[in-house]
Amino acid sequence: MIGLNHYLLLGTALFGIGLYGVFAKRNAIGLLMSIELMLNAVNINFVAINRFLQPGAATGQLFAIFVIVVAAAEVAVGLALIISIYRQRQSVDINDFNLMKW
Amino acid sequence: MGDVISNAWLIPVMPFLAFALIGLLLHRWPKMSAVVSISAIGASFLLSLLVASKVFSGDPGSIYEMSVRWLEMPGLKVDMGILIDPLAAVMLLVVTTVALLVQVYSLGYMEGDPGLASYFAYQSIFAGSMLGLVVANNFGQIFVFWELVGMCSYLLIGFWFGRPSARDAAIKAFVTNRIGDFGFLLGILFLAIIFGTLNFSDLSARIPEYHNLTVLLPIAVLLFFGPVGKSAQFPLHVWLPDAMEGPTPVSALIHAATMVAAGVYLIARAFFIFSQVPQAMLLIALVGGFTALFAASIALVQNDIKRILAYSTLSQLGYMIMAMGVGAMTAGMFHLMTHAFFKGLLFLAAGSVIHALHGEQDIWKMGGLAKKMPITTWTFVIGALALAGVPPLAGFWSKDEILLGAFAGGFTGLYLLGSLVAFMTAFYMFRLIFTAFFGINNGGEHAHESPPVMTGPLIVLAILSAVAGFVGSPWMGNAFGHYISAPGALHHPANPSIMVVSSLLALAGIGLAWLIYQKQVVPAEKLRLRWSAMHQLLLNKYYIDEFYAWLRKVLVESGARALEWIDLKIVNGAVNGLAYLTQSSGRGLRYAVNGQVQTYAIWVIFGVAVLLAAVLMTVFTGMV
Repeated sequence: MIGLNHYLLLGTALFGIGLYGVFAKRNAIGLLMSIELMLNAVNINFVAINRFLQPGAATGQLFAIFVIVVAAAEVAVGLALIISIYRQRQSVDINDFNLMKW
Repeated sequence: MGDVISNAWLIPVMPFLAFALIGLLLHRWPKMSAVVSISAIGASFLLSLLVASKVFSGDPGSIYEMSVRWLEMPGLKVDMGILIDPLAAVMLLVVTTVALLVQVYSLGYMEGDPGLASYFAYQSIFAGSMLGLVVANNFGQIFVFWELVGMCSYLLIGFWFGRPSARDAAIKAFVTNRIGDFGFLLGILFLAIIFGTLNFSDLSARIPEYHNLTVLLPIAVLLFFGPVGKSAQFPLHVWLPDAMEGPTPVSALIHAATMVAAGVYLIARAFFIFSQVPQAMLLIALVGGFTALFAASIALVQNDIKRILAYSTLSQLGYMIMAMGVGAMTAGMFHLMTHAFFKGLLFLAAGSVIHALHGEQDIWKMGGLAKKMPITTWTFVIGALALAGVPPLAGFWSKDEILLGAFAGGFTGLYLLGSLVAFMTAFYMFRLIFTAFFGINNGGEHAHESPPVMTGPLIVLAILSAVAGFVGSPWMGNAFGHYISAPGALHHPANPSIMVVSSLLALAGIGLAWLIYQKQVVPAEKLRLRWSAMHQLLLNKYYIDEFYAWLRKVLVESGARALEWIDLKIVNGAVNGLAYLTQSSGRGLRYAVNGQVQTYAIWVIFGVAVLLAAVLMTVFTGMV
């Protein structure tokens, strides 16, 4: 029987993978995708906790939809930024984005 | 007292008005300035005569006082006012007489000087300040005018400011006086703190009941600092001989009526304080006596006519201060008065000589002036005889009273010292006279007598030098002592043997000078070689100036060096060290800021993990 713990473990694993990607990826698009993974891990948690602890309400599911909307907007802005940077520097490697470094 | 005295405040105001008028309007018209200045001091003189006649026809103890509040703060009220008593009346007469004659004389002496208008403006404010000091009824006012007198002396000594020596002398006079004035001001402040008033009448009523000597002694000593500076007593005497750099009439004014007289006058005015403190009186007497001897010994060998007179002034001031110290305040004031006349005369006559010889001041380059300048010569001789204390001239009576005061007061040592100084005084004055006016040299053969505007004041002063002493003589019933006195001042019956001894000493000094410098029984050159070390020591004024220069070098320069080190190493070092600390810590820390957002994110997550671990630990251990 699949219970709440399985969903939470799945969410944690997905979050961990995303976190690793954020730390380790040098490709800016990869970074965005990793952030997407972390957001979705949170979404899984929301929906699972809603389903198992408060079956009557839809709060968690509603939050998940909010997150998806915000994530879509974020990706739109993020991709626009990356394209803009790419036009400037012909690169999407974040190691090259070091203008503010001393 | 009467209406004349209620107008006495006009006496100091007149010269101040003249100063303002010349300074603001008339400075382009020198002749006009001179007229205004002389009329102002003339008016002051006439008023002083009226006031004095009123005072001296009244009761000796009566005083007239009037004042307006000048400033008020918690614990201290200072008035501006006038206090007319016999002491002030005498000083008013002396100051206005000498100042008037000096200004008239200046018409001739300073003729054609490009700065004539400002000269007379300075003369006016100098006289006005001194008169304001004389009539002051409290220490606050006296200090204000005291400083004004110092400032005026600075202006007049440095009048020919084109000459570096005049500039230096003016600065020296000012700085030396500041040292004395600092102590004086401290004394005044102590008085204000302890008694809450600076008024002479109030203080003289309260101080005799205040027996706490441990408080009064420092006050008296600090107050005495003022006269030590202003009246040029050892060790602050160094400015007075250098003050010769000013025009000669200014020297006459400084030496006779204003400036140096202020110190002695202050002691007389504040005698009710000093006389309560025997230790301070002893100090005053010793300083005065030492200065008298010290300066007389220097005067023995000087070659500059004005320098000899300057050291004789120092010596005579020492006499006056010594008189104050032995309690003979009347004698000190009496000597101040007679000295003002004959020293004013001597300086003006010396100025007449210098004028005739186109600036020559070395007595060895003069000689034979008696034939060419009879009026100057004989008035000078009268002044010198009065200074030497030959009866019946003015100096005899006053000097005799001082010697009497010292002897009868039990200060036998000071009496002997005073007698020795009297002998030296007669000797050096007649050394000057025989060398410059008679003598074998003939440096003065092209000299000519000065114009009447210069000889006139000489004659007036010569008459005063001859007769001014009689007011203190037994023939006039010691009128001077009858009026001028103070609680604690001592009076002694005249002692004929002291009179005879001091007269004989004066005559002996003159005779010795005559033998050496006129008859050449023992050539001066031989004496000089015989005691050349002594001669050098005296000629160089005991090397006091050199000592002060060395002291300044040691104290000021080493102090400056220490402070410079502190500034460079400690103050500057702290500032620079702080900057270096900031810079080097920044240099170390900048490796943490590499501009990679991911690195920062790792640090953030790491921080969150640590916090989470800590929270969990407490939660779990709390549960356990």
